[in-house]
Amino acid sequence: MTTRTTAGRLGRWADALLRAFTDRSVVVTVLAVVLAMALGTVLMVLTDADAMASLAYVFGRPGDFFAAAGQTIGSAYAAMFTGAVVDPTAPDAAGFFRPLTETLAWATPLAIAGLGLSISFRAGLFNVGAQGQIIMAAVASSMVGFMLHLPPGIHLVLTLLAGVAAGAIWGGIVGLLKAKTGAHEVILTIMFNQIAYLVLAYLLTLPAFQRPGTNAPMSPALDASASLGPLFGAGTRTTAGIVVAIGMTVLVWWTFQRSTIGFQLAAVGSNPFAARTAGMRPAVVWTMGMALSGAVIGLAGSIHLAGDEHFLKLGIAGSIGSDAIMVALLGRSHPVGVLVGALFFGALRAGGVNMQAYTGLSIDIVLVIQALIVLFLCAPALITKIFGLRRSERRAITPLQKVELSR
Amino acid sequence: MRILLDEVTKTFGDVVANDHISLTINPGEIHCILGENGAGKSTLMNIIYGLHQPDAGRILVDDEPVVFESPRAAMERGIGMVHQHFMLIPVFTVAENVMLGDEPKTSARLLDYAAARRHVVAVSERFGFQLDPDALVSELPVGVQQRVEIVKALARDAQVLIFDEPTAVLTPQETDELIAILRQLSAEGKAIVFISHKLREVRAIADRISVIRHGRVVGEAPLGSTESELAAMMVGRSVSLTITKSPPRRDWRSSTVVSGLTVVGSDGAVAVDDISIAFRGGEITAIAGVEGNGQTEFVEALVGLRPVSSGSVTVDGAEVAGKAVKDILAAGVGFVPEDRKANGIIGSFTIEHNLVLDRLSGGPFTSGIAMHRAAIRENGEAAIAEFDIRAPGPTALAGTLSGGNQQKIVLARELARPLALFIASQPTRGLDVGSIEFVHARIVAERDAGAAVVIVSTELDEVYNLADRIVVMYRGEIVGVVPPETPRDVIGLMMAGIPAAEAVGSAR
Repeated sequence: MTTRTTAGRLGRWADALLRAFTDRSVVVTVLAVVLAMALGTVLMVLTDADAMASLAYVFGRPGDFFAAAGQTIGSAYAAMFTGAVVDPTAPDAAGFFRPLTETLAWATPLAIAGLGLSISFRAGLFNVGAQGQIIMAAVASSMVGFMLHLPPGIHLVLTLLAGVAAGAIWGGIVGLLKAKTGAHEVILTIMFNQIAYLVLAYLLTLPAFQRPGTNAPMSPALDASASLGPLFGAGTRTTAGIVVAIGMTVLVWWTFQRSTIGFQLAAVGSNPFAARTAGMRPAVVWTMGMALSGAVIGLAGSIHLAGDEHFLKLGIAGSIGSDAIMVALLGRSHPVGVLVGALFFGALRAGGVNMQAYTGLSIDIVLVIQALIVLFLCAPALITKIFGLRRSERRAITPLQKVELSR
Repeated sequence: MRILLDEVTKTFGDVVANDHISLTINPGEIHCILGENGAGKSTLMNIIYGLHQPDAGRILVDDEPVVFESPRAAMERGIGMVHQHFMLIPVFTVAENVMLGDEPKTSARLLDYAAARRHVVAVSERFGFQLDPDALVSELPVGVQQRVEIVKALARDAQVLIFDEPTAVLTPQETDELIAILRQLSAEGKAIVFISHKLREVRAIADRISVIRHGRVVGEAPLGSTESELAAMMVGRSVSLTITKSPPRRDWRSSTVVSGLTVVGSDGAVAVDDISIAFRGGEITAIAGVEGNGQTEFVEALVGLRPVSSGSVTVDGAEVAGKAVKDILAAGVGFVPEDRKANGIIGSFTIEHNLVLDRLSGGPFTSGIAMHRAAIRENGEAAIAEFDIRAPGPTALAGTLSGGNQQKIVLARELARPLALFIASQPTRGLDVGSIEFVHARIVAERDAGAAVVIVSTELDEVYNLADRIVVMYRGEIVGVVPPETPRDVIGLMMAGIPAAEAVGSAR
């Protein structure tokens, strides 16, 4: 009996896996990645001095060019691999796995923020306000983190919760404004990003936020009791944040698949008119969706602050806000997809740093690859045309296309 | 001009919309194409009009094969189409709409409005319409707008005119006027193609009836055919066109009392003007009227989808006016919206999820925020069986189903709770005959279970079929409440705003 249920469960998982990989959207996603990587490879060759020098006489001695190009590509991908996955030349196990911890460190805030964005996407809201929500969360967390001095444990929890609350409020205001006034969330979140940045810039001029002994716009460091330490020992950057990211993946998945909250978000996101006719309140659901989205994104900001940056500065949010949008789109707003997308982007970033250091190729190539992936994802017709896939009869409208449509 | 369709075939994906269709359209003849929704009538006409290209088969105009790559090409060969939804620009005048796309120019290459105006007057006089070329289209009644469409086609010298469900938006009187116009056009030698699923009209007007079913021509019906013979041919089996129901029970155990209800429409004008009426349990009240006379706003206000400006609505004694939809549904109101695709179902959701859209708290399907998948699945399977929803299973996406099956999902959801008031707006619009029979039977069953039932319908056949009493609405007001025995022409006059007593007088 037990073996039969186990077998049955395995069979169901296998079925689900198979469905996932034959699902057209997954195929398109994979092809978009492949195509972007291919174009990135071309870019590597074009920006490599040796390869370009040999291109000048490619018709005289084509072998030189292809050797140089092959050399460039080979070393670039080798460097990316050793920077993002494992380093076989390392003397010890810690060094061997260090690249993986780099990938995880880059992926942590992207995964959590991407999950947060997928919540708003599910409600049909194209939240581009992750940057602002991260900034406000970092501000709130830093205040708890360096202004209050509390016992370990409690201090960290309160630091993170402050960020969650700030993100929820910053996102929730947008949802409320949309619900009450009909203002478009894309415009609102862009404006709220600006406001958040300017608030941050202003706060950093105040004595309360100024680090003593410097004029640079930076705050004092968080107390150790409010910080996340490295999970895999000194010299690595992965924190317990990655565990939170995995936990959030499960939580968001459950919310989407098993809870009335996810059901209402999807109902209002798919057809607000039918949802309203069935007695749901789109205004409430939009506000709740944006608040939840902001809360999770805020958590990403707080974990980034407490685990990586440790103090407030103008560039505290880095490019997490926009990268997380790409991750959420890459993961098709599915929690597991978002986690995988974040790990992939984290690996690209970690590998890109290594590639720049060892081959002289610019890390910008990695950014171009990331951008190309999203570009292809947003133009699925391009992918289906290039790879000759059959056009599907009914196409789901992605949030980004919805933005295009509403212009 | 004669059009011959020779084995025309058109497929969309796996669906064969037109399967080797052969038809002849003769000048001076009104050719009715009769078929259910989804039988392939519109696809066929869009092929003739150049909106679609056939996958196989030929179109011959006067024995010469033609290929219409666009409606413009079809128009140039003398084919005109009057669409179900008018292709007019409301802020333009009649003359401007008629000239649009084929504008006369002066010698200085400027638009020649005077010529356009003369043209409109000439064409409309020739066919005996009265059309003011300078009237704004938005200010014209629907029936007159339709004449603008006809003049637009005639102005381009159309020899073949295709009418796609032209009476859907007309009052019975306007329909009569349209039929007179069609007769005159055919007497002038024009070929008329009249697409419809309304048996009464087809019988009244046709010189030739071709019946289409599942994309094939099943044959020509003899002109003397009765309505049930036509229906049987259209559906492929014998159908009962009238429902047998017991006399209404009419009690006050479940009642809804509306008093002084005023509702403002989306355009800011008063759409429902001080309406007072009571709905009793065990009785079906059918609200008749030409579309756009406040029926939609009235029922939306009852359900809470539209704010109430003033007045009161009590369901079993409890005031619900101005309450949230959720609370009104909880008070025992069930609602089938008129546009089921937009408001009734979520196409990207599964059947089982669509069935619990309004059951997210307090029921067997949830505890707290957790949803019970097994209960939802069971409910889905039960509803599919009970309502005969034709679908692969409860996890099929609602958007992939036919209109009839989508409507059954909405009905199954709304009728799952005990109801004091059941409102169904255009409950069978766009449905096949089989689904219509089913939906009507369920509506009567709900009446017999004791609910007060309100039906909004622009189809008089449906009104007569279901109603225990008929309420006619015109410009946001109730013109009169009459028994179901009231003759059709009286109701028709009432739909044009003439009070019941007067209407009975003039109908005689």
